Amino acid sequence: MNVPLLEVKNLKKHFPTPKGKLHAVDGINFRIEQGKTLGIVGESGCGKTTLGRLILRLVDATDGEVFFNGGNILGYDKKKLNEIRPKMQLIFQDPYSSLDPRKSVEELIGEPLQIHKAYTDKNDYVNKIADLMKTVGLAERYAHSYPHELDGGRRQRIGIARALALKPEFIVCDEPVSALDVSIQAQILNLLMDLQEQGGLGYMFITHDLSVVKHISHEIIVMYLGQCVEYAPTSSLFKNPQHPYTQGLLDAVPIPKLQEQKTQHKLIMGELTSPIEPKPGCRFAPRCPKANQSCYGKDIPLIQVGEGHFAACVLHEQKGEFF
Amino acid sequence: MNKTLETPPAKPKKSKTVRKLRRFFRVLFARKLVILCTVILVIMALAAVFASFVAPFNPYSQNLGNSLSPANSTNILGTDMLGRDVFSRIVYGTRVSFSVGIVSVAFSGLVGMVLGVVSGVAGGVVDSFIMRVMDAMLAIPLIILAMFLGAVFGQGLGNVMLAVGIAMIPSYARLTRGQVLTIREMDYVTAGTIFGASKLRNAVSHIVPNCIAPNIVLMTMNLGGAILAEANLSFLGLGINPPTASWGAMVSDGFMFLSMHPVIAIAPGIFILLIVLCFNIVGDAVRDALDPRLRGTF
Amino acid sequence: MTSKLLEIKDLSVEYKTEEATVYAVNGLDISLDYGQALGLVGETGAGKTTSALSIMKLLPAGVGRVTSGSIFLDGVDVLGSSKKKIGEMRGNTVSMVFQDPMTSLNPVMTVGDQILEVLKIHKNLSKSELSKAVDDMMEMVGIPSYRKKEYPHQFSGGMKQRIVIAIALVCEPKLILADEPTTALDVTIQAQMLALIADLKKRLNTAMILITHDLGVVAQVCEKVAVMYAGEIVESGTAENIFSGRYRHPYTAGLFGAIPKLDEETRRLETIDGLMPDPTEKVEGCRFAMRCKYAEDDCINTAQTMVEAEPGHFIRCAKVG
Repeated sequence: MNVPLLEVKNLKKHFPTPKGKLHAVDGINFRIEQGKTLGIVGESGCGKTTLGRLILRLVDATDGEVFFNGGNILGYDKKKLNEIRPKMQLIFQDPYSSLDPRKSVEELIGEPLQIHKAYTDKNDYVNKIADLMKTVGLAERYAHSYPHELDGGRRQRIGIARALALKPEFIVCDEPVSALDVSIQAQILNLLMDLQEQGGLGYMFITHDLSVVKHISHEIIVMYLGQCVEYAPTSSLFKNPQHPYTQGLLDAVPIPKLQEQKTQHKLIMGELTSPIEPKPGCRFAPRCPKANQSCYGKDIPLIQVGEGHFAACVLHEQKGEFF
Repeated sequence: MNKTLETPPAKPKKSKTVRKLRRFFRVLFARKLVILCTVILVIMALAAVFASFVAPFNPYSQNLGNSLSPANSTNILGTDMLGRDVFSRIVYGTRVSFSVGIVSVAFSGLVGMVLGVVSGVAGGVVDSFIMRVMDAMLAIPLIILAMFLGAVFGQGLGNVMLAVGIAMIPSYARLTRGQVLTIREMDYVTAGTIFGASKLRNAVSHIVPNCIAPNIVLMTMNLGGAILAEANLSFLGLGINPPTASWGAMVSDGFMFLSMHPVIAIAPGIFILLIVLCFNIVGDAVRDALDPRLRGTF
Repeated sequence: MTSKLLEIKDLSVEYKTEEATVYAVNGLDISLDYGQALGLVGETGAGKTTSALSIMKLLPAGVGRVTSGSIFLDGVDVLGSSKKKIGEMRGNTVSMVFQDPMTSLNPVMTVGDQILEVLKIHKNLSKSELSKAVDDMMEMVGIPSYRKKEYPHQFSGGMKQRIVIAIALVCEPKLILADEPTTALDVTIQAQMLALIADLKKRLNTAMILITHDLGVVAQVCEKVAVMYAGEIVESGTAENIFSGRYRHPYTAGLFGAIPKLDEETRRLETIDGLMPDPTEKVEGCRFAMRCKYAEDDCINTAQTMVEAEPGHFIRCAKVG
C-alpha cells in the first residue's frame, strides 16, 4: 500500500478555559494524496483553522497522530521539524496582516530563501525571486513595492509566492480567498489550481464558502463543533449530502439565479454554541430538524454510506444505509 | 491626447524613504503652532551649541558690586545675587536642559525597549520577573531615587541624567512589551515560523522594527518631562552642582528675591515653561505624523 | 411632483484629502418606488457605501462632498435640507443597517434601551406604549422580549444583527439602507437573516436598498438590481433582466463568470483581468474598457450613456443595442 502524502489520525486539541475544556478539534481522521485537495468546510468556530495549525505544528495537539510522508511529525524534535518545515506551507486568509508592512515584495518572498539559505549567491537569489514572481503572476516592477501599495489580490499572490519558495509538497490554504472580491477570487483560485497541476501539490483548503470548496476540492470534510460530520468525495457530497447539517448548509447558500430560488427553506435554526466539555451525543442535534432521542447520550460514529462517503448521523445507523 | 487600450507605463515612483519622509513632514507641520514650536526649539538648540557666542557675558564671572541689578541695556535681564548676568546664565542653562533631556530619554528608551522586547519575546518567568521589577521601579519616587544616587555617586549632571533616565525606563518597557505581544500574534510572524525561523530571527526581523515607531513618539513626548524633572531636582538642590547654570537651580536661587527682583526667578521659569510646552506640542505632532491611521486627515 | 420614494439624479461625490481627490461616485441615477427592494451590487471601491451615506447625509465631514446632483427622498430635497430636518428623517423616514453588528451596538447600554432610544427621539408615546413597542419589535425580529434587559455581549453575532435590524425598523421607516448586512455572518445565520428581512419587508412594506457584493443574496431578496462599477451604474433593471435577461454588460457577465457555481461543473473560472481604475483620476470614456475583452479604442475616449436594451433594462455599453 502506498504511503499517502498526509494522514491524520484521531487528532484532538482541547484548550483549557475557565469554564472547562474547549474541544476545538475532537477526533479528526483523514488522508490527502499527492496532487489532491481536501476541502474543510464549516462555520466560524467549528475548529477548522485550529485543525490547520495543528497539522503545521503551530499549535500542540492534545492527542492523535499526523503522518507526513509516513513520519509522525507530532513526535519530531526541533531539528527534524525544521527539516520538514519547507515541505509544509501555509497560505493565510488575510493578505494584510500576513505580510510585514516594513518589508518590500522582494524581501518578503526572499525571507524563506534566506532562512534556509536556499540559494548559491546574490544572483541566484534575485533570479529565484523573479521566477517565483513570474509563477504567481506578479509583474517584475513590483519587486520593490511595499504591501500597502498593492491591492488584496496582488498581496495574496505574494503570500502564495512565499509559500512556494521552498518547493513544498503540501500547503494548508486557510480561507485564502475570503477577503477578496469575486473577480480577484477567481484569479487566485485558478492560480492555485494551475500550481497544483504543474507541481503535484497537496492542498488542505479551509473555507466557509461551499461554492469555492466545491470548485477546488477532490474530497471534502464538513466540520461541526470540532468533529467531522461528513467526509466524502466532492461530487458525491454535493449530489447526495447525507448529514442533516450538510443538507442545511447547502440549502442556506444563496444561488445567483432567479429560478433556483428554493421556495421552502429547511432553515437551520439557532446558532453554533461552543464545544466546552461537550456531553456525548450528536453536537448538531439541538439545531437539527430531524433530531430524536437516539441522537443524545452516546457518540455517533462516522458510518460508510457510499463509496468513500462517510456521515455521522444516527439516521444512518438505524437504517443501516442511505435513507 | 487620445488614450488607447495599451496598459499605461507604471508611473516612476520616488523611493519609499523619500515619500515616507515627505508625508511625515507634511503631517508634522500641518499646524502653524507646530512650526513655531519647532523654530523655537531649533533656536534654543543652536543657542546651546553656540552658547559662548550668544551669551554676552561669562555666566560664571561674579561681580558683587553689580549684584541684583535690574534689567538694563548691558544686562538685558539684570544680574543675580552674585552679580552674574542672568541672560547669559539662561543661555548656558539651555545646554543642561537639552543634554539632560536627550541623554536621559535616549538612555531610558534604549534600556526600556530592550527589556520590553526580551520580556515579550521570552515570556514566562523572564517576563514576570522583568515586569515585577518595572512595577517596583514605578513605586520609587524620582526625588528619593535622585537623593540615593546623589548620596552614592555625589551630585552632578551625570547623576541627574541617570536618575531621570532610570525613572522613565518602565514606561518604555511596558509600551514595548505590549507592542511585542500584539505583533507576536500577527500572521506575518507566524509565517516566519512556518518557514522555519527561530524565535530570535522573528524578533530581529519582524518584531523589533515594528515596535520602534510608538517608542519614538513616547521619546519625543518625554523630552519635556525629563527637562522638567531636572529643573525640579535642581530647584530642590538635588540636581546640578553650582555654579553650573541650570534653569531649575536659577529659579531656586532667585526665589528669595521674588518680591524685589522677580526677573531672576521668573525669566528661567518662563524658559522652562516654553521648552517643555514646545517639546510636548511637537511630540504630539510626531505621534500624529507617525500614526498611519491619522495620515491624510489633515 | 414625485410619486417615487427615492429619486437620485446625477449624484457625484468626491473625497478630498491632502494627497488626492477620490472621485467615489460619478453621476449616479437611482429611482425607487415605495416598498421596492433594490440590490446595489459591486466590488470593493465601487462607491456603493458612499452612495448610501449620501442619502443619509452622513459623508465624513470635511472630506466627503457632494459635487453635483440631487436626492429626493419621500418628496424632500435631502441635499438642500437643514440639519434639523435631516435629523428628523434619520431613523424615521430612512435608517441604516451596517455590516458589523459588533461595532454598531453600544456595549454599555441594554439592547432594550437602544431600541427605545430611537423611539423616544421620533415618537411621542407614553411610557407603557414605548415599552410595548420595544417588546413587539424584539418579538418581530425573533428575540424573546424578556431579553431586553441584557447587554450586547450576551448575544451571539446573528442575534446582534437582529437587534440592529430591530433598531432600524422600530420607527417603521419608509426606506432601509442595508450595507452588507449578512457579510459578517455564517451561511446558516445569513439564511435566517435573509428570510427575516424578506418577511419584514412584506409585513411592513418597507423599501430597501441592499448593498452587497453577493449576487446570490440579491437574487433572494431584491426586485430591482443595479450593478455599480468605479462609481457609476453600469447596468440596471429588474431582477429578471439582470439574472436571466438577453443582454448583459461585460462587467456583469464577468462577475457571473467569476463565481464558482454550486449547481454546475466548471473546472476553470472566468476571470476579469486587471483592476478597477484608479479612483483619483477622472475618466472620460468607459471605465471598464481597460478590462473589457470587447473594448475598442473608441470606448475609452467617448463617454458611455445608458442604453435601454430591453424595456426597463439599461446597460452602459456601446456594444449593446
